[in-house]
Amino acid sequence: MRKTRPGKLVLRAVVLVYVGFLVALPVGLIAWRTFAHGAGPVWHSLTSANARHALKVTAEVAVIAVVANTIFGVGAAVLLVRHRFPGRRVIDALIDLPLAVSPVVVGLALILVYGKTTGFGGWLADHGIRIIFAVPGMVLATIFVSLPLVVREVAPVLEEIGVEQEQAAWTLGASTAQAFRRVTVPAIRWALAYGVVLTLARALGEYGAVAVVSGRLVGKTQTATLFVEERYQNFDQPAAYAMAFTLAAIAVVILLGITALRPREHR
Amino acid sequence: MTAAVAEPTTKAPARRVPSGAAGLGLGVGVATLYLSAIVLVPLAAIVTRAGSHGWSAFWRAVTTPESWAALRFTLLLGLAVAVVNAVVGTLVAWVLVRDDFPGRQVVDALIDLPFALPTIVAGLVLLALYGTNSPVHLNLAYARTGVMAALLFVTLPFVVRTVQPVLIEFDQEMEEAAASLGASRVTIFRRIVLPNLVPAIAAGTALSFARAISEFGATVLISGNIPFKTEVASVHIFSQIESDNSVGAAAVSTVLLVAALVVLVALQALQRWVVKRA
Repeated sequence: MRKTRPGKLVLRAVVLVYVGFLVALPVGLIAWRTFAHGAGPVWHSLTSANARHALKVTAEVAVIAVVANTIFGVGAAVLLVRHRFPGRRVIDALIDLPLAVSPVVVGLALILVYGKTTGFGGWLADHGIRIIFAVPGMVLATIFVSLPLVVREVAPVLEEIGVEQEQAAWTLGASTAQAFRRVTVPAIRWALAYGVVLTLARALGEYGAVAVVSGRLVGKTQTATLFVEERYQNFDQPAAYAMAFTLAAIAVVILLGITALRPREHR
Repeated sequence: MTAAVAEPTTKAPARRVPSGAAGLGLGVGVATLYLSAIVLVPLAAIVTRAGSHGWSAFWRAVTTPESWAALRFTLLLGLAVAVVNAVVGTLVAWVLVRDDFPGRQVVDALIDLPFALPTIVAGLVLLALYGTNSPVHLNLAYARTGVMAALLFVTLPFVVRTVQPVLIEFDQEMEEAAASLGASRVTIFRRIVLPNLVPAIAAGTALSFARAISEFGATVLISGNIPFKTEVASVHIFSQIESDNSVGAAAVSTVLLVAALVVLVALQALQRWVVKRA
């Protein structure tokens, strides 16, 4: 293009300063502060019993939530795109709802249904099933907040590929299951992978909803994000920074993975 | 990660696929049960609890000085954040699409970072730079500006990522025609580019408002949760839950839910209108 105009330089400077001071510098600083005293203390805080337990709980909750939402997501996408049934539009609209709900409200909502003081929750407790202040509640909260991510990635692709190939498979004698496995799944695999990665990122990073339903019991229901908050509030900044850096590093890796997946189907 | 947020509802032509009606019924049943158990029944429980002692009790719970202050602060802050995002987000998208400079792709990648970072990490990250021992001597901890910074951080991608694709697709011939007719750059932007961007800007702004009023994790550390000052609605709900006031918590939650629903419905109406007009 033509020579750079002063107006353009001003706009560029404004954007660089805004993004720099809002995102780049703060995130860079946390990395620098984490390793201010070398990698030794970082490793030490990450391998403490509570930190390891928190990472384990996070992984456990995230894996269950991702599996559940992947199965639901693909199923719901197939239902919504391939079938017409009463209530279809309602389900379609409701699937987006979790994105608009505050995480704290998610937590409260689950407590009001599954908490020990409510009818249903009390009945479950009588039968020895504990949901709130335990892992099942945290799984429910994580599923809630990440529910739309797989559906919303898979549905548009399902729509785009149409049914011709599946029909061809059927006419050749494939069963519905075979056609799904051999024709549909390969066609949606990148969108599915993208949705799964988004769900995983959200599940690993969820804080508010899990904070409410977990009871935040250190060494029991404490996840990695809860560990960051608890350590920070207890003036153990090195441990908070170490875990925050770990989560940030995972987020960056996931982000790079997403960027690698995106061009395949997202134009 | 923006693509996942409130995409237009899928509109497929009605195709009949041979599959057992029983299988379809089972599928719909399971999906409905899953949605109900995790999303619908719990959300309904909030509204029920909020209204369990009647309308006047609900109103009293929403208008206690502390709840009211938190709601007012949250909604006004949400508006302010939305306005800043509408302007700066459009500007960022513009520079990313129309400008070229070394490191542009790095900036582009950075835009997604706030969505990928866990919110509690976002709060911690901002406190590192703008906290009590700030290296730039700017202490926003426990201040309203700090809460705003946290919300601007988590909502940064919304407008950028809705406007950017529209700008990329935008046909520059119109601008060239206007330029050849003597229009100034400002006029071209105002009269030709901006009108085409308005639906995308509005969508991104609405999403950032919805996110801003519901955010919890990013604000919890930086705000210090001082009632009547830095306490946002979600933090207020959290403290009500901790002090076992579930009716109060449910009442404020209901207001947030309604606000978010209004934005969501308005957004879908906007998208339908844009599709129809195109």
